[in-house]
Amino acid sequence: MISLGIEGTAWSLSIGVVDEKEVLLVENDPYIPKEGGIHPREAAQHHSERIGKLVKSVFSKIEPDKIDVISFSQGPGMGPCLRIVATAARVLSLKLEKPLIGVNHCLAHLEVGRWKTGAKNPVTLYVSGGNSQVIARRGKRYRVFGETLDIGIGNALDKLARHMGLKHPGGPKIEKLARNGKRYYELPYVVKGMDFSFSGMVTAAQKLFDNGISKEDVAFSFQETAFAMLAEVSERAMAYLDRDELLLVGGVGANSRLKEMLEVMCKDRKARFYSPPTELMGDNGAMIAYLSLLMFKHGYVTELKDSTVKPDFRIEEVDVSWE
Amino acid sequence: MLQNSKPERIYLGGEAEVRIYSDFVEKIRKKKNYRVSDLDKILRESRTRTEARIISAARRNGVPTPIIFDVQGEKIVMERIKGEPLREIMNTELSRKLGELVAKLHEARIIHGDITPMNLIYSKGMIFFIDFGLSFYDERIESKGVDLHIYFESLKAYFDNWEELKEAFISGYKSYEKGGEVLKRAEEIDARGRYVERRMRD
Repeated sequence: MISLGIEGTAWSLSIGVVDEKEVLLVENDPYIPKEGGIHPREAAQHHSERIGKLVKSVFSKIEPDKIDVISFSQGPGMGPCLRIVATAARVLSLKLEKPLIGVNHCLAHLEVGRWKTGAKNPVTLYVSGGNSQVIARRGKRYRVFGETLDIGIGNALDKLARHMGLKHPGGPKIEKLARNGKRYYELPYVVKGMDFSFSGMVTAAQKLFDNGISKEDVAFSFQETAFAMLAEVSERAMAYLDRDELLLVGGVGANSRLKEMLEVMCKDRKARFYSPPTELMGDNGAMIAYLSLLMFKHGYVTELKDSTVKPDFRIEEVDVSWE
Repeated sequence: MLQNSKPERIYLGGEAEVRIYSDFVEKIRKKKNYRVSDLDKILRESRTRTEARIISAARRNGVPTPIIFDVQGEKIVMERIKGEPLREIMNTELSRKLGELVAKLHEARIIHGDITPMNLIYSKGMIFFIDFGLSFYDERIESKGVDLHIYFESLKAYFDNWEELKEAFISGYKSYEKGGEVLKRAEEIDARGRYVERRMRD
């Protein structure tokens, strides 16, 4: 069985094709803002201009007839962007006369992570631009046990990067600078129960930079503080839920310092740490295709009338009938 | 103290190692190898000091807590409370009583920071707060709102009848004069949890 998935919740525009065993292909055409952060309308404009070409390119590599399911990320995400991919998916579904499935973007990250790592019942740390959540399954639902009370870690990194004159995406640039950081400056460390917050930290780090502290030391202090918060809440969730697996997913999961910290934390508590290959960490079409394949095999289909986008789609809303 | 005896149980919490002996408990904030040593030292020492101070302050304000025997660096030695974890015996009456106790904490400017049924023990007809590991002093409505939000979230995570338990808690918490205001803020914070997605709308 073969599934095609379209991802386009924010900056990423990506189509993936998977079968039950492996990712067959992924084609990307991401929106990169000329300056500043992501403008939803500009991103949507980009998606609508490029989606046709991207589909053609995919179908030059795989016969449309071989596809069994057409899927798209239904939310959460930026409304204008979501509507472009939903429209494209509906058109393909009708034209090829294949069933349509709208999937939850966060759940797609999580399930593709489980698929590629073999994690069974992990606590999942999901970190991206807009999202930062600690998720675990209980019965037929995934539950968010902790999450950011303000901005996602990726956006926090981007905000700091922009303030220091670095272009989007800021995360990788901060990571590089941090490697040469020498001195740790204390920043507000905000963990409340399982929830956490980054905006106060961003402001404080920006002030350090304004006061002449080097970019390297600011980046280093910021990463060390923010990632320690994420490691702490992940560990707390594992302790409470008595789980010995941690799965890291989402674009910020590509950060090697974050990975290293989580690995150490897991090793110290004799737990196993998992993270999927980097190309499946950030937003991509393959994860959408994979989740839809899983859902299709378990009897899920999205009727046309139910295929409207859900910018606020929570992972808790999805009934999970598979193992 | 029974220095040479062996602990009956060791619990590796998210933040600290808790060694449970027959009649006392050691809470040790061990070094976390994942974080940079400067930050590690700051967190362990300040949290230990604050926790010891707040455990005593809470008791002075009528909230049952263990008696502190000793504080050494990153270690607190305290009384062992023998009883049942609230999580095992939770009901609406207990949740209401808990609401009254949290009201007392908030009146004393104490933010618990981690109110969950796993952190509470029912003993001798009283609910004991045994873990103030993430506590701090704050007068702001926002912090108190977050405190309640954490409890409500933990109810959702652990109990099917969480709505009932939440209502019972609220009825107890209303004994606090600013209770209404804090409860309203807790609802707002709940909505903000969905902030990320909503913010992304056009």
